[in-house]
Amino acid sequence: MSFVLVQVIVGGLLLGAVYALFSSGLTLVWGMMNIVNFAHGDFVMLGMYVAYVVYTLLGAGPLIGAPLATLFLATLGVIVYFALIRDIMKGPMLAQILGTFGLALLLRYSVFWWFGANFLSLPQNIVGGTIAAFGLRIEAARLLAGAVALLVTLALHLLLTRTALGSKMLAVAEDATAAQLMGIRPDTMQAIAWAIAAGATGLAGALIATFFYIVPTVGETLAIVAFVTVSLGGFGSVPGALVAGLLIGVIESLSGYLIGAVYKDIVVYALFVSFLWFRPQGLMGKS
Amino acid sequence: MRRFIWPAVLLALVIVYPLVLSTPFQQRLGALVLLYAIAASAWNIVGGYAGQVSVGHVVFFGCGAYAAMGAYAHFGLPPLVGVPAGMVLAVVIAAVIGVPTLRLSGHYFSMATIAVAELVRLVVTNTDYLGAAVGLSGPTVPRNVFDLSFVSSLPFYYLFLVVLGLTLLITWWVAESRMGFYLRAIKDSERAARSLGAPASRIKLQAYMLSAGLTSVAGAFYAMMVGFVDPESGLGILISVKMLIMAALGGAGLLFGPLVGAAILVPLEELSNSWLGGKGAGLTFVVYGAIIVLIARFQPSGILTLITRRIALITRYIERRTKARELRKQRPAAGADHAA
Repeated sequence: MSFVLVQVIVGGLLLGAVYALFSSGLTLVWGMMNIVNFAHGDFVMLGMYVAYVVYTLLGAGPLIGAPLATLFLATLGVIVYFALIRDIMKGPMLAQILGTFGLALLLRYSVFWWFGANFLSLPQNIVGGTIAAFGLRIEAARLLAGAVALLVTLALHLLLTRTALGSKMLAVAEDATAAQLMGIRPDTMQAIAWAIAAGATGLAGALIATFFYIVPTVGETLAIVAFVTVSLGGFGSVPGALVAGLLIGVIESLSGYLIGAVYKDIVVYALFVSFLWFRPQGLMGKS
Repeated sequence: MRRFIWPAVLLALVIVYPLVLSTPFQQRLGALVLLYAIAASAWNIVGGYAGQVSVGHVVFFGCGAYAAMGAYAHFGLPPLVGVPAGMVLAVVIAAVIGVPTLRLSGHYFSMATIAVAELVRLVVTNTDYLGAAVGLSGPTVPRNVFDLSFVSSLPFYYLFLVVLGLTLLITWWVAESRMGFYLRAIKDSERAARSLGAPASRIKLQAYMLSAGLTSVAGAFYAMMVGFVDPESGLGILISVKMLIMAALGGAGLLFGPLVGAAILVPLEELSNSWLGGKGAGLTFVVYGAIIVLIARFQPSGILTLITRRIALITRYIERRTKARELRKQRPAAGADHAA
């Protein structure tokens, strides 16, 4: 029994690392521009479809699919920033919510229109079979996804805290006008933030596609996972998103195993609601 | 008197619409416009006037829909009984959801309401009493007129028209009352409203509960018209999104905004569905999304504001022209006077 439990927990941690990666994208944009991207889940979905298209056209696995998804989404992020976000940022809140919600519908149903509503998936052994270690059996796809996601999330954290670019972005987040007076272009920094956020999200999508079902509406569920992660980890905090993502991955896997697969989402959503209720500032936020 | 002419003409047009355009499709379309206008107007009270952008209003819609179908499926009562039952249920649930979530501001509130709505949908999908994933059905053959199970959409059209009238009347009354002033103050700045002594929490909760009750009526009638409810048609997040979008497209926080939005979007959806068939479902929402993005980007205060501003410009122009003409008429007379 305990072996199964450990297996479930490890599986949850690996999935949680991917959650952490795409949630970092959401939290970055949120913390910097105080805007919630309601289309974030659909960015993940697009990453998954890029991986799928790369597989069907080139027959290639995530080694090519993941960088392409990152690049594609990063470009999309910049376009979205200049075409939409830059203007609605200053507008009323209803316009902000509507803008990203409209974007979500636009992306989701464009994919729906093009690919249909069918569940797609990449072949099971696209990354390699199952690895057995220490008595645990782990799918190679999940291991790869979890490890890469963990590394990239950490890299993102280092980028934000240890580099000049990260400092500039933080400066813009703190006070865009003051940053501008110091010779930093807020527009450029915010566009870069969108590129990084969307790129990370696309990468997460391509990674998760190797073992997850692919369907246009998958973004709906994943967006809520990202909201839960971000609100749990504190808005704007990448390390917070990492811890929260891992935690949610484990909680989801455990409740799926202990209570039943259909209830795992219910547990996560209920957790989110009760969290917003009792601790709206997140696990690591200041009260 | 003159200011009543145009509204009277519009109202007359609305009343004769299903008699003139009388194919089943057109009547159904008209009824659906009115139905969505009811739901969007109900949303408008809390989302438009108070600025609390709820994306979870489908929960209340579902309360009405499930109450109406449940009254029939479990108790053999006419679904109409579900209207008051659904209202009570929705108001109670609104109080339960509202107390914690209305404390959250801005995006946080929207996110929390999405999560609550999805939570409710998942729970209902796994509840056998509520028909789980299959849902509940209404009477297939009407036993008497109270079952409201009509083949034609015509009775529904007039029924919805009356309910919409009542909803708009309530909205207007709220907007003009002390509560309306509080709500607008909260929308502008909740902190300022609080510091001036507005009981923000209480007022927001009251508006939320009122809005929930009215939304449930729309849900109940929708289920009666369609004849069944399942988790997707009664609790799907897209229904919330539609309410929000219709109100925002027409003009959130304006009395007739949601009606204008519904009158644009419902025909768009129905027509493209009938023209493009099953494949069109995706494309419809692509267009939907594009419209929303454009509205948010270029006209966040809604179409109605744009129209009224245009009308104001035109009337001012006409007034100026007539005044100038009158002046010109007077001038020769004045000149003649001077010569004399």
